[in-house]
Amino acid sequence: MAGSSIQAGGNFAGEPVMSRDDLILETEGIHKSYRMGATEVKVLKGVNLAVKRGEFLAIVGASGSGKSTLLHILGALDTPDKGIVRFEGRDLSQHSARELNRFRNKMVGFIFQFYHLLDELNVLENVFLPAMASKSVLGWLVCRRRAKNRAKDLLAQLGLLERANHKPYQLSGGERQRVAIGRALMNEPKLLLADEPTGNLDSATGNGILEVFEKLNRVGQSIIMVTHDERIARRAGRIITLADGKIKN
Amino acid sequence: MYKIVLAFRYLLKRRITYFAVLAVALCVFIVVVVMTVMTGLVTDFKQKNHSFVGDCVIGTESLVGFPYYEDFVNVLKEADFIESVSAVIKSYAILSPHGRDMNIGVEIMGIDPIRHSQVTGFEKTLYYRRNDASLAFVPNYDPNLLGCVLGIDLAMERDAKSGYPYEAGPAEVAFSITCFPLTAKGALAKAGAGLIDTQTFHYSDISHSGLARVDGSMVYLPFEQAQLLCGMAGPVKRASAVHIKFKPNVKLQEGCEKVSSLWQKFKQERPGKEQADLLATVTVQSWKDYRRAFIAAMEKEQTMMIAMFGFVGITTVFIVFVVFYMIISHKNKDIGVLKSVGASNIDITELFSGFAFLVGLLGACIGLSGGWLFLLKINRIENWLFEHFKFQLWDRTIYAIGDIPNQVDFRVLLIITGSAIAACLLGALVPTWQAAASKPVETLRVNQL
Repeated sequence: MAGSSIQAGGNFAGEPVMSRDDLILETEGIHKSYRMGATEVKVLKGVNLAVKRGEFLAIVGASGSGKSTLLHILGALDTPDKGIVRFEGRDLSQHSARELNRFRNKMVGFIFQFYHLLDELNVLENVFLPAMASKSVLGWLVCRRRAKNRAKDLLAQLGLLERANHKPYQLSGGERQRVAIGRALMNEPKLLLADEPTGNLDSATGNGILEVFEKLNRVGQSIIMVTHDERIARRAGRIITLADGKIKN
Repeated sequence: MYKIVLAFRYLLKRRITYFAVLAVALCVFIVVVVMTVMTGLVTDFKQKNHSFVGDCVIGTESLVGFPYYEDFVNVLKEADFIESVSAVIKSYAILSPHGRDMNIGVEIMGIDPIRHSQVTGFEKTLYYRRNDASLAFVPNYDPNLLGCVLGIDLAMERDAKSGYPYEAGPAEVAFSITCFPLTAKGALAKAGAGLIDTQTFHYSDISHSGLARVDGSMVYLPFEQAQLLCGMAGPVKRASAVHIKFKPNVKLQEGCEKVSSLWQKFKQERPGKEQADLLATVTVQSWKDYRRAFIAAMEKEQTMMIAMFGFVGITTVFIVFVVFYMIISHKNKDIGVLKSVGASNIDITELFSGFAFLVGLLGACIGLSGGWLFLLKINRIENWLFEHFKFQLWDRTIYAIGDIPNQVDFRVLLIITGSAIAACLLGALVPTWQAAASKPVETLRVNQL
């Protein structure tokens, strides 16, 4: 199928014809349900989605519409009950557990609403954590200096270099989120997945985070951002709406 | 690498971890101290029994004794695996100090002090004749008198602090020792004539074997006099036992089997001989079997102690389990984050197992250091307690010990350290497994709510 053209269908109405090579991520008929006590809650009911390389996509929807669930499935943190997720044309369900770990480490970078920095590590360590996670002790000793320099570069770009040795609890919310962005970018992932990245920040700070995203996108970084706020979503290149478990035009 | 870093950070930054470390340290401390002291007591007790008996004993429980022991002693002397042998008379008697209206029931042991010292540690148990056992039965105040060696607790009373009031020389005290001599058939040898044999002995030395029962009831007499007193000095002389010491390279079991084989052959060569039926009651035993009744009680006590501390270990495992459960419950977010950056289930298992290992190692190190220091000073501490509060860990009027054993066995320390770490790993097993199996999306979602 690689190289063949696909017509953007329902979810891509109005989009130009594109090659599969242009796509970094696509999903077909994603279904996901959760059991809450005796009842089964169907969260996603056949989500079809295609994301181009270098695209900044915002997924909007009401609270509980399944945005975060979809984002977790796209980043292989969760698996769909039914449907296919392809990353660069390869079905994620065909990946072994080891390949999925590598995928999460190398291919995608997560940014969470509550930052989720590790309290025991300082800012610099939090940033280079993904690099450390992919290396053995020996491998880490070999590439430690390079990784630290990369982390420092990222912190410098994010305006946090002077905070490198601080602990997360010593930072403001906006600073913590910038550290989380640094961590997500550490291994130069092909896709950034941001789950309500400004949801816990005041509008000025949130605006700063969005500016970072825009800047990253301008240099070709693919980003999928989940938000419930249409104003924030408008900062993305494309917006899709998730409602009733499906993508709405 | 992050697993090592995080395991160390969890150890140092989480205060609740200190409780787990403290629990392990306390457990290790108690086990080290008790195991060292108990093992020391048991080892010391075994050594004293070994020293008292020699390597092997051919003997009978019968007070009649057995004949032809001299012939067998000659057979043993020719055996290449035997270093030395000592024939012994054993019986019971009544000890009556002259000038005092009292009688004490005692055990008597008739020995040749030189031969017996070659087989056992008899010479080293003496006080006045410690360097010359040949003079054990020679009172230094009058060498012409017939001497006897008293078990130390028969001769003097210990003070509460285990000290003995030794004097420069043995007091000039005479004793009447009265026996019931038996014929080879087991009847009273002097029936109708007075029934008993009594002889006067003079206090020549004391023997401190370190075995409470021996020191409290044993009177050593010259072999020939004891044989006469017990009615074993007839035309066919009898003895109660022959104690044997093997050559250094001979294994105990192997030596005993050889002696047994020699005895069977010796016995079979004497069918129908006078009093040969008494040979049937003779057994060959290693020192361990010979003193089994005494050693077994001590070993049982040790086993019970180990079992009790096994329960202490289980409690530690439970404490570690609870602490780890709490820690890992608080670390759900970290697990989700780590998985989102590519950590596998095995990585998470290794992280928390490493954490448990560090808790065990640190706790064991603290406990071992504390235990070692305590053991180093245990006798000083006990002395201080005795001086200020009259308190003793082991009442020396009951336990025949001097200092509390405090020789640390490094193999035991290694085993205890290994056990402490294993206990921590075991306690952390379920929480770690749960952490590894948790879905990151669940932990991250929960934390977002």
